[in-house]
Amino acid sequence: MSSRLVVLFVPFVVIAIFWLMARREAKLRRDPTHKGYFERNGMTLGIIFIALVALWTLFLVVLPYLYMVVESFHPTLRPVERGGPKDVLTLAQYRSFFVAHSGEGWNAVHIGAFVFSIVASIAVTALNFAICYPLAFYMAQSGTAQKVRLIMLALIVPYWVNEILRAFSLRLLLATKGLINNVMVAGGFIDTPIDFLGNNVGLYVGLSYAYLLVMIFPLYNAIESLDKNQIEAARDLGAPWWRIHKDVVIPYAKPGIASGCTMVFMLSAGSLAAPQFLGGPRTLWFTSVIYNFFFQNFNWARGSAYAFILLAACIALVMLMLRLFKVSLGETIK
Amino acid sequence: MSAGVELDHVTVRFGEFTAVKSATLDIKGGEFFSFLGPSGCGKTTILRTVSGFLEPSEGAVKIGGQNMAGIGPNKRPTALIFQNLALFPLMTVAENITYGLRVQGIDKATRAKKANELLELIALPGQGNKQMSELSGGQKQRVAIARALCVQPEVLLLDEPLSALDLKLRQHMRNELRSIQRMVGITFIYITHDQGEALTMSDRIAVMSDGVIQQVADGKTIYDQPATAFVASFVGENNPFAGTVAQADSSFALVDTKLGRLRGRNPRGAKAGDKAILFVRPESARLAPGGADTTFSAKVKSVAFEGNMTHVFLEGAGKKDITVTVGRQSGAVIPEQDTVATVSYDAELGLVLPEGQMARE
Repeated sequence: MSSRLVVLFVPFVVIAIFWLMARREAKLRRDPTHKGYFERNGMTLGIIFIALVALWTLFLVVLPYLYMVVESFHPTLRPVERGGPKDVLTLAQYRSFFVAHSGEGWNAVHIGAFVFSIVASIAVTALNFAICYPLAFYMAQSGTAQKVRLIMLALIVPYWVNEILRAFSLRLLLATKGLINNVMVAGGFIDTPIDFLGNNVGLYVGLSYAYLLVMIFPLYNAIESLDKNQIEAARDLGAPWWRIHKDVVIPYAKPGIASGCTMVFMLSAGSLAAPQFLGGPRTLWFTSVIYNFFFQNFNWARGSAYAFILLAACIALVMLMLRLFKVSLGETIK
Repeated sequence: MSAGVELDHVTVRFGEFTAVKSATLDIKGGEFFSFLGPSGCGKTTILRTVSGFLEPSEGAVKIGGQNMAGIGPNKRPTALIFQNLALFPLMTVAENITYGLRVQGIDKATRAKKANELLELIALPGQGNKQMSELSGGQKQRVAIARALCVQPEVLLLDEPLSALDLKLRQHMRNELRSIQRMVGITFIYITHDQGEALTMSDRIAVMSDGVIQQVADGKTIYDQPATAFVASFVGENNPFAGTVAQADSSFALVDTKLGRLRGRNPRGAKAGDKAILFVRPESARLAPGGADTTFSAKVKSVAFEGNMTHVFLEGAGKKDITVTVGRQSGAVIPEQDTVATVSYDAELGLVLPEGQMARE
């Protein structure tokens, strides 16, 4: 049987296992007042609920991913060869990420793009945190209600603008003959224009701005619930402002910080538009590599293998960070 | 070490609203001083001004003779205990207590030693490694005190710290606070709306209303010789009889009230024709005839037996409500409901004060 067909049954097997586990649990702890699921909802509604949830999770969430996983373990084939004798399970696609096409030495181009994307995403996350923390603290603790509303508006309204339009407008600002360079040259601050885009300044600015809200709202929510008296108590006990943040605010807001940083990191590592439009000519973002496999080379197998390498690396990194800062995964999604 | 606190015509405004109006006070070093008043009277504003979270709009705050203008709360020799305690939930008990020392860069060993000393003082020895969530309300209360004492402040400021505790614990903590204050010997400034707390713990009390300090005196004086109608009506129970002064000399005054012409002491020097209020405390009145101008009659509306005493609620002429409290030892006969009783008091215990703002019930 084809491996692709096997995958179709995986979700059903998982559901069956969960159902059996639930049955066992119910038998072990018999509660006479407990009402069964169908008793509570009625047969018709019960079936509709289950069908809707199953449709959603199975066909829209689980199965597409599973098919990509399976795809990544297949060789690169022309459509006519699919399902034929050449269509076997293989690790070749994963191997091709590490080993150069010639078969000797490392695949420096792709590994380079991968490392650069991860490191740049970490930098973007750090930059984003540095911008958002003071703003979120101001909004949550010191700003008047009216000012906070104004800031919220100023933060949200620009996101009504299309992402691509936003990226290109940043290009207009940052280009060698763009507004910023023109003003600085005319003002006599610099003699020759600075190549912002070539040096990836545009990339960092664009990515940081793209995920500003994703960072600011978890931070704001976390800091907002901090009792003002705690800040005042620390201050009263002699703490200077930076110690108050280090000892009181940041430990308290840690779950929010972890949540914001995780999301910004994941999103920027997987972003496509901003790196493509704002990155320098020498910059190769890993998602662009994946994109090209899918849409330029029609090599879905290799594209999905690369995508899962990126996903696994990002998850591993995030888990490591959470462990390092002693935050549980549950806390970050509260 | 303890320093006195001096308020020199301190006025605090928030926009149009004046929270404290020209408060002038001299709190002595080592004194247990309370600010007593209803909520919104400006007492917390005074506390925040002394601790440095607020700057006075006018006037000056001096601690130990030194003007505190422009000195932030982290640089003042004061420590504040917050109404909700504001303990750090993510730190252990010992870390909470010694946080002030950690900020000063004092080494771990010294901090641990200090923490043990203070845990001994607040009767929680050996509990330094507990999490804050493991402590009871009263224990948290004591940790908050230890945390404030740890930085060796010259003045300890307490913002209604007992209000979150239940009645029994509150009464116990009163004694404990008082004995801690005697032990460490520093100045305590205590904010409360609970007159029981103020009267039992304080050396002196400032009664406040609408941002104005009405009277500063020890508890007994506040109770027996209130300076204004507000103090007389806010501290303890009192029967006010409003009227016009008919006749007055330096020691006594006669006031024409709805119940007739009644006599009382005249400490504020009311003159004939002045609007005035005669105050008679329920426990000063008795249900028996007395002197001609200290006796009136009233109808008994209801009687409430409270164990150690009995409250008799009466209605005098002009629908005037009167309360008389009868103690157990007095041997007085409690009248039946709906009968007319004769009420009298000693002229010494009646008090004539100029008409003024009264405490809301």
